[in-house]
Amino acid sequence: MNEQLAFTIEVFANGLMAGVLYALVALGFVLIYKASGIFNYAQGVMALFAAMTLVGIQNGQVPFVHLINAIFGTEIHGFGWTVPSFVAIILTVFVMIGLAWAVQRFVFRHLVGQEPIILFMATIGLAYFLEGVADLMWGSELKTLTVCATESVCLPQGMNMWLETTTYEAMGYGFFIDNLDIVASIIAALLVAGLVMFAQYTKQGRAMRAVADDHQAALSVGVSLNFIWILVWSLAGFVALVAGIMWGAKSGVQFSLSLIALKALPVLMLGGFTSIPGAIVGGLIIGVGEKMFEFLIGAPFLGGATENWFAYMLALVFLVFRPQGLFGEKIIERV
Amino acid sequence: MKYKLGTLAVAAVMAASPVLADLVFPSLSYRTGPYAAGGIQFADGYADYFTLLNERDGGIGGEKIQVPECETAYNTEKGVECYESLKDSGGLVYQPLSTGITYQLIPKMTADDIPLLTSGLGRTSAKNGNVFSHIFNFPANYWDGASVAIKYLLDENGGDLKGKKVSLVYHNSAYGKEPIRTLQELSKKHGFDLTEVPVDHPGQEQKSQWLQIRREKPDYVIMYGWGVMNQVAIQEAINIRFPMENFIGIWWSGSENDVLSAGEGADGYKALTFHNVGSNFPLYDDLKKYVVDAGKASGAGDQVGSVIYNRGIYAAMLAAESAKTAQEIHGVSNITPSQMRDGMENLSMTEEKMVALGMPNFGPEFQVSCENHGGNGLVAVTQWDAKAKEWSLITDFIESDQEVIQALVDEDSQAYASENNIAPACK
Repeated sequence: MNEQLAFTIEVFANGLMAGVLYALVALGFVLIYKASGIFNYAQGVMALFAAMTLVGIQNGQVPFVHLINAIFGTEIHGFGWTVPSFVAIILTVFVMIGLAWAVQRFVFRHLVGQEPIILFMATIGLAYFLEGVADLMWGSELKTLTVCATESVCLPQGMNMWLETTTYEAMGYGFFIDNLDIVASIIAALLVAGLVMFAQYTKQGRAMRAVADDHQAALSVGVSLNFIWILVWSLAGFVALVAGIMWGAKSGVQFSLSLIALKALPVLMLGGFTSIPGAIVGGLIIGVGEKMFEFLIGAPFLGGATENWFAYMLALVFLVFRPQGLFGEKIIERV
Repeated sequence: MKYKLGTLAVAAVMAASPVLADLVFPSLSYRTGPYAAGGIQFADGYADYFTLLNERDGGIGGEKIQVPECETAYNTEKGVECYESLKDSGGLVYQPLSTGITYQLIPKMTADDIPLLTSGLGRTSAKNGNVFSHIFNFPANYWDGASVAIKYLLDENGGDLKGKKVSLVYHNSAYGKEPIRTLQELSKKHGFDLTEVPVDHPGQEQKSQWLQIRREKPDYVIMYGWGVMNQVAIQEAINIRFPMENFIGIWWSGSENDVLSAGEGADGYKALTFHNVGSNFPLYDDLKKYVVDAGKASGAGDQVGSVIYNRGIYAAMLAAESAKTAQEIHGVSNITPSQMRDGMENLSMTEEKMVALGMPNFGPEFQVSCENHGGNGLVAVTQWDAKAKEWSLITDFIESDQEVIQALVDEDSQAYASENNIAPACK
């Protein structure tokens, strides 16, 4: 196989994989925006908070331990046990549901009827508050995240050897795909399928869609807005946990994890803020687009590091010609 | 009532401010934000060394030490605000652990007659004391790091790098770009091919860069990264099966934080350093006795001996030794920042002195002078043992290629002098 063609295919495939990871982050934004019209600036921090909580629970860390030790003069270090990944994930989901309830009860319930910009500002405040709480709760040091189904079956890292060998034997060039990216793609597909089925086939899902379509009409037929918003924030919290696990497994869990939100913004601009398929397709287009641009133009002619720039530029072009994004709902307001 | 409130306010300010007679070493720390993992360790090491001096020796020259801390979150604007807010505390020297903050503080601190120490970071050409009268970057700078990396590779290859391919993976910022010019000069001198591979901040996604490295198959990769960029780069290098022993990071890419998350795969990864690693030094017995066990450690005490904690210890020790030198020169114990600058300019670190401090071979021997604010550019190479989860020094401190570096320092500092109307001279 022609070497340049092989490289191009490899970059394309890896772009798709990167796009899935971007889409995982973007999904959380879409869920909340679709149901409540709130652009949740705190989504990246929620991913950080979820991942830190997961590691903290797994390692048997006592929450707020530094604070407790400072106030009471104790020398507590941890519970002295470790928790299996599966149990820790379930407990973290409960924490994220608790967070969703608290956010709704103490912040957004008091802001019903406010302008979207006020709600957006509230999520900025929430992001910083949550970052501080995560720091106090679990500490700022870098944490290693290992998620295992059994003692020997953990989230895989490294090159997929089967793919490399097979493609080498068949085409004379061994393609590189990261095992973690393959797992992330499968999980993202399951997540999207689950969300779609939940929205289509469950009572709560239909109520969620009703709220997304028209708040007042949903209220008039007895849908509890309060419950739906807690549900939506919980789902976004769950998506944040999945994104936090996938990104945290690559780099360790640390405060820069919250910056993954920056990767989701062009995806949202391109795919639309209100479409779950849009987040996936947008993620794939951004992933492939930025990787191909870097490979074909950025690295050879522009000195490299063009990915962030290209992603936002591509999204901007889409915004100009299709402001609602690829799959977003076209906003038509009567004069 | 107003009077009472006023009195309370004054009392609060006085309680918060250092006692004027104390020696003040402000700490511009970052315990929050994306770079907190390294920032905390450095700040803890910096504070713990001064706590040790207070508890064991009663301070420096009989003067107690204060270390007021200000949180910068690695943000340049906040760093400058911190400096401004602490300026009146009588701070003797500032060590911001950030190249961005350093660049902003260079003109301010020169005008304020307060010295700035930027060991292993900041503006490399500040080594030229004729131009940068108040800025010091001993014992080594970014260009020394690049040069020693190449010297080490020369040693590994029998003194010949002709035809070898070296890739520089760097944080796409002023800091990350620092070694480019040096490596370009060295590539001309030694005949190796240099490829530059930038990574945008924060560096959480580096697939393109590592696919490029997989395609180009360099013999060696040198990395100038910081924060999450390091962890991701090391993981991606493992993913493409790049040999770890051919991967060398600068000292900001060579701590436990950078390799632990990659597990066994990071075994053999190398990093440059300008100080020793581990806790096998007599000083650490005193640290345990007077600071950690006494419950006076800045952190939980579990980071003692980690690479960046050691860097904090080393930074504090250099500041303390400069203060002692200043006290000797001026014959007073309660020195001013201006006198501290004199102490830094006359600092001489010998092995004899390091042994006396309980830190044998902890750092290189070097001599600072009015002309040379950067020392002798001695750098060592460390290697990560993933099983033992520890770094070890695998070379002596190696002197950088001063023939190449001094020319670059002179060129860059002269350009700065021209832009800022500075007449180069010893002051």
